[in-house]
Amino acid sequence: MNQNKKIATRQSFGETLVELGKINPNIVALDADLSAATKTNLFAKEFPHRFFDMGIAEQDMIGTAAGLATCGKMPFAATFAMFATGRTYDQIRNSVCYPNLNVKIIGTHSGITVGEDGATHQMLEDISLMRGLPNMTVLYPSDDIQTKWAVEEASKINGPVYIRLCRLATPTIYEEKHFELGKGVMHGEGTDATVFVAGDLVSVALQAKEELEKEGTNIRVVDMHTIKPIDREIIVKCAKETKKLISMEDHSIIGGLGTAIAEVLTEEYPAKLIRLGMKDVFGQSGKPAELMDYFGLNVEQIKKSVKE
Amino acid sequence: MEDLSKIALNIRRNIIKMIYAASSGHPGGALSCADLLTVLYFSEMNIDKDNLKDENRDRFVLSKGHASAALYATLAEKDFIQKEELLGFRNINSILQGHPDMNKVPGVDMSTGSLGQGLSVANGMALAGKLDDKDYRVYCLMGDGEIEEGQIWEAAMSASHYKLDNLCAIVDYNNLQIDGKVTDVMNVTPIDEKFKSFGFNVININGNDIDEILSAFEKAKKAKERPTVIIAKTRKGKGVSFMEDQAGWHGKAPNEEEYKIAMEELQELNK
Repeated sequence: MNQNKKIATRQSFGETLVELGKINPNIVALDADLSAATKTNLFAKEFPHRFFDMGIAEQDMIGTAAGLATCGKMPFAATFAMFATGRTYDQIRNSVCYPNLNVKIIGTHSGITVGEDGATHQMLEDISLMRGLPNMTVLYPSDDIQTKWAVEEASKINGPVYIRLCRLATPTIYEEKHFELGKGVMHGEGTDATVFVAGDLVSVALQAKEELEKEGTNIRVVDMHTIKPIDREIIVKCAKETKKLISMEDHSIIGGLGTAIAEVLTEEYPAKLIRLGMKDVFGQSGKPAELMDYFGLNVEQIKKSVKE
Repeated sequence: MEDLSKIALNIRRNIIKMIYAASSGHPGGALSCADLLTVLYFSEMNIDKDNLKDENRDRFVLSKGHASAALYATLAEKDFIQKEELLGFRNINSILQGHPDMNKVPGVDMSTGSLGQGLSVANGMALAGKLDDKDYRVYCLMGDGEIEEGQIWEAAMSASHYKLDNLCAIVDYNNLQIDGKVTDVMNVTPIDEKFKSFGFNVININGNDIDEILSAFEKAKKAKERPTVIIAKTRKGKGVSFMEDQAGWHGKAPNEEEYKIAMEELQELNK
C-alpha cells in the first residue's frame, strides 16, 4: 500500500472511461450537472458529441441512457451516488434492470466521506438498493488500479452494472489488474480474524492489519470489490479458517456488504459476524476524517473489534 | 382509409377479447388509442415482420404501458405475434405480460409500465439516431394522466434541448384517469401550451379520426430542429358505448353480458 500516492476512485473512473471511449465508439457518457466532480468531464472533453449533460434531472438521465442502450450504445451515467441510485430507483429498476439493458451507473461521492455536505448527500443505502435488483452487478473498487479494472470489467458485461465510487483520494493498494469478477482479494492469511471490506475502507483495514501484526495479532483483510455476485467461497473459507469475522462499510449495516456476507454465512456456514458501519443512522456534516472517527469507521475500531 | 378503419376495429375487438379472457386489464385507455396505433403501425412507421431488429427501423415506446392490450392486438394484426397468443394475455407463462416486456414480445421496443418513463427512453433512442446519422423516427405514446409525472417534463426539456426533430410524442388526451377527470384529479391543462413553452412543435387533433392522425404525422416530419407532440383528443373506451368516457372502465374487465354487448357494438361499427 502506498500512502504517498493517493488517487480518488472517481478520477480513475474518468480516466478509464476516456481510454475505453477510444476503443469502443459505442460508449457514451451522461451526467447530471456534476461532470467536474464525477470526472465525466474528461470524456466530454475528448468526445464532446458522445457526452450528454442532462442537467439536474437524474430520472431523465437514466431513462435516456436506457433508450440509448436499446440502440446499441453503452451509456455510462454518472452522478453522486445519492442521486444516481436514490432519486432514480424506479427508473433503474423498471427501465434498466427489468429489460436488462446495457447501462452502467456510476455513483460517486458515496458514504460519509462526502464530508461537509452532510446527510442529504451522504448515500448510505445505495448498495442495499442496487444489489436487490435482478440483472444488476455491483462493484465497489478500492483504489486506482482496481477502479480501472472495474470500469473495464463493466464494459465487458452486457447488462446493468452499478459502480460505487468515493470522493476522497485514497492510497494505492495494487500495482496490477489481477482481479476477477465475483472473487474477493485476500490480503494475508492471519487466523485471528477476517475483516471483509470494500472501497476506500480497504486501505484503512490494511493499516489496522499492519498495526495488529506488530502487536502480535494476525488478521486477514478481504477486499470484496464485487458486492454482487458476492464471493461465497471466500466467505466460507474465512469463516472456517479464522476465529473472528468482521465486516466494515461506509454504508448502512442494513442491506450492505455486511448483510450480503451474513446471508451467505447463514446459508452455508453459520458463524458470528460483527458488522461495522453506519448503524441505522444518517450521517452529518464534518471533515471526512472526523466523521470516520465519530462513526467508528477507522483503524481503532477494527483493532478494538478484533481484540474484544 | 377504409382499410385502416377496419384494422382499428379488429384491434378494438381483440382488446375486448383479450381483457375478457384474462378477466383483467385496461380497456378504456387501450380503446382510446387504438386508432393512433393503427395509423402508426399500418401507415406511418417503417416496421415490418422482417425488420423487427433492423437498426434503421422506426421505434415506438408505449409509455402508457397499461394500454398493452392495444399494442399486443396491433402487433398481432402485423403478424409479429400469433393471434392465438392474445388469449393468454396476463396469464402465467404467457409472453403477454400485463405491461409490455421487450424481451418477451417481438416488436416491443421498450419495456414499460411505471408511468412517466417512456419519453426519456424515446429521447435516448432519438439521440442514438442522431449520433449514428440514421434517419429513423421515434414515437412515444403517453397518457394525459401520465404527464402528471415530473419525469415527463424533464424529458420534454431535454428533447427540446437536444433538438430531437426525429422524435414524435403523442398524448392520448382522453381526459380521464383512475380517480376521475384529469382536470379534477390534477389539472394538466393546457397541455398544448405547456409543450409549446417547452419548445415543442404542437399539433392538436382528434385522435380517433384516422385522417387527422395521418396528416398530423405528415406535419410532424416537417418540423426541423425541434421535437413534435401530437395532442390527440380521444374518447376513453372508444367504440363500446357503456365504456365511453367512463373512468370506471380504466382498469376493469367486462363480464359475460358486457362482453357480448361490446362485441356486438364493435361488429356494428363495421357496417
